[in-house]
Amino acid sequence: MLTKEQIAQRIAKEVKSGQYINLGIGIPTLVANYIPSDLDVVLQSENGLLGIGPFPTENAVDPDLINAGKQTITFARGSALFNSAESFAMIRGGHVHLTILGAMEVSENGDIANWKIPGKMVKGMGGAMDLVASADNIIVAMQHCSRSGESKLLPTCELPITGIRCVKMIVTDLAVLEISSEGGFILKERAPGVSLEEISAKTAGKLLIEGEIPEMKF
Amino acid sequence: MINKTVKNATEAVADIPSNAMLMMGGFGLSGIPENCISALLKLDIKDLTIVSNNAGVDDFGIGLLLKKRMVKKMISSYVGENAEFERQLLNGELEVDLVPQGTLAERVRAGGAGIPAFYTPAGVGTEVAEGKETREFDGKTYLLESWLKADFSIVKAWKGDTAGNLIFRGTARNFNPIMATAGKICIAEVEELVPAGELDPNQIHTPGIYVQRIFQGIDYEKRIEQRTISK
Repeated sequence: MLTKEQIAQRIAKEVKSGQYINLGIGIPTLVANYIPSDLDVVLQSENGLLGIGPFPTENAVDPDLINAGKQTITFARGSALFNSAESFAMIRGGHVHLTILGAMEVSENGDIANWKIPGKMVKGMGGAMDLVASADNIIVAMQHCSRSGESKLLPTCELPITGIRCVKMIVTDLAVLEISSEGGFILKERAPGVSLEEISAKTAGKLLIEGEIPEMKF
Repeated sequence: MINKTVKNATEAVADIPSNAMLMMGGFGLSGIPENCISALLKLDIKDLTIVSNNAGVDDFGIGLLLKKRMVKKMISSYVGENAEFERQLLNGELEVDLVPQGTLAERVRAGGAGIPAFYTPAGVGTEVAEGKETREFDGKTYLLESWLKADFSIVKAWKGDTAGNLIFRGTARNFNPIMATAGKICIAEVEELVPAGELDPNQIHTPGIYVQRIFQGIDYEKRIEQRTISK
């Protein structure tokens, strides 16, 4: 099984030079730590910054400089600031190439649910609905199963959804999967030591397995 | 030059009545109008509707207004940092309209720009779309969303001048410039207020036309929610 850091590390391999990328809160934020330094990418923070730099040192902490997760950050070289309307104009306008975010459920046709548990948890969707409705490429980082052991890869989402038919790839602690255009989770890679049987048993939606499924290497 | 200066936060918010619709700038606790929130807490008003991306934390920002039960309704995109908010909401004590963040920003922008409605892809096929008109453009479905306007918009800037021109700093800009445009009365509190003519016109983010009242704030706490440090 992959750790959170390894999920982030695996997703970082999908990043290409020249991309503008929005990273969600949680595991997606960790992806920044594993993007090779020879790739030229720009991280977008939807609260109004292109070019997120590393976390600050103690004496460089600035309350006027935070990311969408409200963490203190620094500027990357060549960064730019803007207001919230402009931030989402660049998101909806298709200028941000890749969105990486967490999820509570993903369905086999690429629907995603990550903002609400009726009667229990109401935090709000933040920018997630705008992001999933707009980005060409959406990668989900999540655990394969919930804490109670239920599969989070479902035939249809049971929780209120955030967006329809938008997820392209999912990286979990057990596997890398892609969404088939005809519906279904195409198994692409297994976590080291994880069997096809285990992935199969923990995937409630339709799982598509073709040929040899390689193990991820770290 | 029209002088927009008022003495302080107390004077700036004095005529805000119960049931008013307010917009408040800020993202998390960054760029929130701390002085005006403190002054509002001293007013005997209630049933406010507040448009703000977030709802503060339990003991700071808009969270203080919630705790004092001054708020009837919040229009926000993310309220996860505030346990009191979640409690009031789950108990039905507070109305809330959760809006996708980009839709919220664009509705505010539209309100200030005289655009009554617009189509957006955000929320199509979700709860957010219930009861709303949809339309296809180039084979993709979009949702009709309408403008937001407020009786008062309350913003925080870094620098301002007596003509109401504003300059923001860092990501404390966020919703502030667009909210400044969408209130019948915009109140701006700034860290540094200078006479008109001292700010470089090339650097102005919000032209003074949008701002009706401006004052220099005091004692900014600028609380940090997630102090994250490089090792």
